[in-house]
Amino acid sequence: MIEIQDVSKWFGDFRVLSNCSTHVAKGEVVVICGPSGSGKSTLIKCINGLESFQEGVITVNGISVGAEGTNLPKLRASIGMVFQNFELFPHMTIAENVCLAQLKVLNRSRAEAEERAAQLLNRVGLSNQAAKHPAQLSGGQQQRVAIARALAMDPIAMLFDEPTSALDPEMINEVLDVMVALAQEGMTMMVVTHEMGFARKVADRVVFMDEGRIEEDARTEEFFGAPRGERAQMFLSKILSH
Amino acid sequence: MVGRFDFTVIFSNLDILWNGMLITLLLTVVAIVGGILLGTILALMRLSRFKLPAYAAGRFVDAFRATPLILVIFWFYFAVPIVTGRPIGGLYSVLIAFTLFESAYYCEIIRAGIQSIRLPQVHAGLALGLTRWQATRHVVLPQAFRNMVPLLLTQAIVLFQDTSLVYVVGLKDFLTAADLVATRDNRVVEMYLTAAVVYLVICSLGSLWVRRLQRQYAI
Repeated sequence: MIEIQDVSKWFGDFRVLSNCSTHVAKGEVVVICGPSGSGKSTLIKCINGLESFQEGVITVNGISVGAEGTNLPKLRASIGMVFQNFELFPHMTIAENVCLAQLKVLNRSRAEAEERAAQLLNRVGLSNQAAKHPAQLSGGQQQRVAIARALAMDPIAMLFDEPTSALDPEMINEVLDVMVALAQEGMTMMVVTHEMGFARKVADRVVFMDEGRIEEDARTEEFFGAPRGERAQMFLSKILSH
Repeated sequence: MVGRFDFTVIFSNLDILWNGMLITLLLTVVAIVGGILLGTILALMRLSRFKLPAYAAGRFVDAFRATPLILVIFWFYFAVPIVTGRPIGGLYSVLIAFTLFESAYYCEIIRAGIQSIRLPQVHAGLALGLTRWQATRHVVLPQAFRNMVPLLLTQAIVLFQDTSLVYVVGLKDFLTAADLVATRDNRVVEMYLTAAVVYLVICSLGSLWVRRLQRQYAI
């Protein structure tokens, strides 16, 4: 469903992505990990065109993201994205956050949008928070709203950019639980995360990135069993040592 | 020889003063509303990815901010009739002059407000499938304006005081009306004192409102 072929990207002279190639099949969950600054977030943002890239091809359901004339808003509406810092709209209520794009992009009626919002907020365990503003919610709750907001567009795939990195430890699980449930229902997902427990539990494949390169791209059991590269071994030993 | 103060002069000239105040308020309101609308368009142009609108808006703002208001008023009073071929009268010329002049200042306030919204907020909007304009309209501008309210109001208070400059094209705003009465009835102290008190009260109320809003919107 998502095909990434030989993607390279430069910020000025600095090469952030070097010939990255990977793919996500329908219903597959792929976790991307690696040290900070390795290009994980940049790569995932290239998939829905929030970041541009100079070389290579990315296609989503056969549509080329970087091509001239691609309807990016339409493409983005079909791919959900969850950000590290939630990025709920602070001037809107929780319900309005979940309804906005349904109304403006999918042209759903207000009643329809609100019903879908209520359904999804219920699903992420926040049905009684609809009238509040984001600032009144905890980080974990805000991130669950952000997931509901993305799901409201009925996406064909979901991208997660370090969804738990900005959370206090006690809130990480409430977000991961929602993501695990989503994965088990068969949602196609690409997740940038350091949560190796999550990766072990639901990921089909793990991609390891370092210095803008994809160093490993292996089935989950292989990756945790015997990662071949030295860097991946070092990275794993560092984050799994506790 | 100055006689005893006689403040009844205010009451016997209430209609003149009130008409002056109406001109002052009309100018202020039109210039605020028009200035913010035009200022928003200018700010969006200045921040545009496209060079031409960004350049045009930049020069417009520079020109008006480098010109004294009184000169802008003169300019529109004398120049517009040359262009249009017929006089448009003092009121219309100052309405246009004030709106354009204020829009230059509002543009800079609004531009700063828009730039205060973090890029990831825009990304969040775009990621949901909103177009650039929709993200600006529904995500960026509402937040930007909330941050800007105190500055916009402060500018409005300055504008309210600046309206007194319209006397140069023969319009009778509040201060000009007070001045007229003062010299005609030889009640200079009374009228200037009254005018000062009225400006002080209205502007203080405005400042108070600004401070309340600032507290309200402070995080």
